[in-house]
Amino acid sequence: MMAERQPMPLQDAEERRKNFNEVALGYSEEQAVAEASRCLQCKDPKCVKGCPVNIDIPAFIASIAEKDFDKAIKIIKLTNALPAVCGRVCPQEVQCEQYCVLAKKGQPIAIGRLERFAADHESNMGIEPPKKATPTGKRVAVVGSGPAGLTAAADLAKAGHAVTIFESLHEPGGVLTYGIPEFRLPKAIVRQEVEYIKKLGVDIKVDYVIGRIKTLDELREEFDAVFLGTGAGLPNFMGIEGENLNGVYSANEFLTRVNLMKAFRFPEYDTPVKRGKKVVVVGGGNVAMDAARCALRLGADEVSIVYRRGEDELPARREEVENAKEEGIIFRLLTNPVRILGDDKMNVRGVECIKMELGEPDESGRRKPVSVKGSEHEIEADMVIIAIGTSPNPIIFTGSKGLKSTSKGTIIIDDSGMSSLSGVYAGGDVVTGAATVISAMGAGKLAAQTINKYLSEQ
Amino acid sequence: MVHQVHLMKVLAPDVARAAKPGQFVIIRIDEQSERIPLTIADYNVEEGSVTIIFQEMGKTTKQLATLKAGKELQDFVGPLGTPSDIEKLGTIVLVGGGVGVAPIYPQAKAYKAAGNKVIAIIGARSENLLILEDEMRAISDELIVCTDDGTKGHHGFVTEMLQKLLERGEHVNRVVAIGPAIMMRAVASVTKPFNVQTIVSLNPIMIDGTGMCGGCRVSVGGITKFACVDGPEFDAHKVDFNLLMNRLAVYRNEESISLKKHECTCRGD
Ligand SMILES: Cc1cc2nc3c(=O)[nH]c(=O)nc-3n(C[C@H](O)[C@H](O)[C@H](O)COP(=O)(O)OP(=O)(O)OC[C@H]3O[C@@H](n4cnc5c(N)ncnc54)[C@H](O)[C@@H]3O)c2cc1C
Ligand SMILES: Cc1cc2nc3c(=O)[nH]c(=O)nc-3n(C[C@H](O)[C@H](O)[C@H](O)COP(=O)(O)OP(=O)(O)OC[C@H]3O[C@@H](n4cnc5c(N)ncnc54)[C@H](O)[C@@H]3O)c2cc1C
Ligand code: SF4
Ligand code: SF4
Ligand code: FES
Repeated sequence: MMAERQPMPLQDAEERRKNFNEVALGYSEEQAVAEASRCLQCKDPKCVKGCPVNIDIPAFIASIAEKDFDKAIKIIKLTNALPAVCGRVCPQEVQCEQYCVLAKKGQPIAIGRLERFAADHESNMGIEPPKKATPTGKRVAVVGSGPAGLTAAADLAKAGHAVTIFESLHEPGGVLTYGIPEFRLPKAIVRQEVEYIKKLGVDIKVDYVIGRIKTLDELREEFDAVFLGTGAGLPNFMGIEGENLNGVYSANEFLTRVNLMKAFRFPEYDTPVKRGKKVVVVGGGNVAMDAARCALRLGADEVSIVYRRGEDELPARREEVENAKEEGIIFRLLTNPVRILGDDKMNVRGVECIKMELGEPDESGRRKPVSVKGSEHEIEADMVIIAIGTSPNPIIFTGSKGLKSTSKGTIIIDDSGMSSLSGVYAGGDVVTGAATVISAMGAGKLAAQTINKYLSEQ
Repeated sequence: MVHQVHLMKVLAPDVARAAKPGQFVIIRIDEQSERIPLTIADYNVEEGSVTIIFQEMGKTTKQLATLKAGKELQDFVGPLGTPSDIEKLGTIVLVGGGVGVAPIYPQAKAYKAAGNKVIAIIGARSENLLILEDEMRAISDELIVCTDDGTKGHHGFVTEMLQKLLERGEHVNRVVAIGPAIMMRAVASVTKPFNVQTIVSLNPIMIDGTGMCGGCRVSVGGITKFACVDGPEFDAHKVDFNLLMNRLAVYRNEESISLKKHECTCRGD
């Protein structure tokens, strides 16, 4: 009989709902080797097709099985510059692991966890400094330091170009820094990945908003090529009554206060955040899960997720939905907010919701939720967090002519990753709308390749 | 400058080069600090400097006031916000209250340079809190000074003098008012019956200043706007001032905790 998939050791649910330490503790060496030994080393490995950056999965897993962990991480790093991040936050169940031949029996190889193991093993041993490439004399500007920008910058620096990253916030990392919480992705890991990229010679200028301090047009004059990885950071609101009451946050504001500004350590850190007792989070994606679990850790008695579709439609990573449930987050599915109720001091006191049922499939192929007449009901709440999605921030367009975008505000690119302006490339959430870390990295990689080609033809 | 109001020149050549009247910066003093927005009161491209003028309000501004010359700020981001729309209109009345005179100053200069007649009304609670009087006088065609306690100029609020000005039949093309929310609301209600276009610069709580958090949302003409990118200047007659004032008070408890802690560590107990 085939060995069972190794479970991920977790911090105890009762404990972890009170702290911001990492929830998933990582495989031990024995577990990693045992898990790696289950891999069939397929001749035609389907798993690789599921990985947007095409890591040679069977090869790195074989190295782990042979206890050659250094070799494992070298193989991964050939195509993935941020393995410690991806191993933690990739939605593996719909990527590499979904395609693993063992997935049919519900026991795919835990590829992400093994990737994380290899990356963590390396950082414990001390990361080998990268070799510097011979300079090409070309200069490339990268706008945004999320996974798309960092990946593009790393590959461009490896090719010998002088790369400068411009980041509007005071810390690099994009969503990895301001959005995804410490308990899921420790900031020390993001910082370590950023340090690696700096060692490649990349210059990172923080506090630098392109569209304000300099325009895209000015960057085009100063640099030989530009990559835009500005993400999708503009929070959407529902446009319902009561959204501006005190105690209503966008998930972005709430998570930025908690993660980037460290409000969970107030008053040691100056930035405050409200600590709701009864919290309602609207939405069903990773962002909603993260906001809900942060609110719980800040001391809420009750946190519920209000989502208009059903359990199967929840867009969040399966593992995080399970973790959230274990921590006691309540899921109010097939429910939609109608308005937010306030008291006489304009503070939130509840949310009026309506029950939904799933009707015909919509253009996204998912069954469209329709409201059930007469099912209005009130949920008591002193804090509401809106996590219904984000759009690209238009600030990059300010003072620049000719950069084409869709009606949704996403930048239009061709197959090579180039925008409507020559020498200006784009990728990641700013092109696709909110997606995943690894797809943003894939886009950064592709753009770096075509920028290399473009610059060599200059 | 005067009691609890300070002027600081910050070396930030890239910011100075791009700055325009009506814009602001966000600063962070150190790793533990909040990000706070402050208007660009002046800028000098040759020197590469940006001037900010701030009033001690709570923890961050009090801590900022203790910084010695030559010290570095952890972060200085800008210029942020949409610049003021400065054009030649005829007569402009600029109304500044308290530390709000600071952001009025670069605008007054720019309106004057664009060929407008500039009338300025500036006020403070008391003479010892009045800032930039000489600078304002030098660039205004007419300067009216008010103090709440009558220690200097007109005894009373800036709105009373604005009312008189409009009543004396002065043809005013635009009023720009910057100061505490309550003052801006009062200005809006004075100018409304005269049907004079009125612009205010809103000061909601901000974090990033780039449109990514939505914390700075205000309601203008019933539509939600993000003040840091859509503003900070808006049509005063459409602004929901009650909402603004209400949202400014969200963290009152936390602010006093921060301030107490700061005062304790300053005194060393
Ligand atoms: C809370 C949360 C949880 C998530 N969880 C997961 C997960 O578990 N797994 C997963 O795969 N994905 C997850 N995602 C999605 C994933 O993080 C994003 O898809 C990914 O970060 C996109 O990368 P990016 O580089 O395109 O943009 P971003 O990470 O958004 O980075 C863009 C950067 O550009 C900067 N910028 C923007 N405009 C300018 C400008 N004009 N000038 C200078 N800088 C600018 C921004 O400040 C930002 O730092 C999550 C997202 C959020 C918000
Ligand atoms: C666009 C803009 C321009 C501004 N320009 C100036 C200026 O030129 N000079 C000046 O003295 N002040 C200015 N302010 C106000 C200044 O930002 C606040 O006084 C400062 O943030 C107070 O911080 P604190 O920690 O000292 O006080 P706190 O005790 O934290 O708060 C005091 C009051 O300031 C407000 N406030 C607190 N945190 C913030 C924040 N992050 N953003 C905005 N307001 C906040 C709150 O309403 C609070 O009631 C401006 C505000 C905005 C939005
Ligand atoms: S990067 Fe993501 S998709 Fe690729 S192998 Fe690793 S976990 Fe799987
Ligand atoms: S498909 Fe699964 S079993 Fe086959 S090589 Fe990939 S991980 Fe191993
Ligand atoms: S301050 Fe965050 S959107 Fe304006």
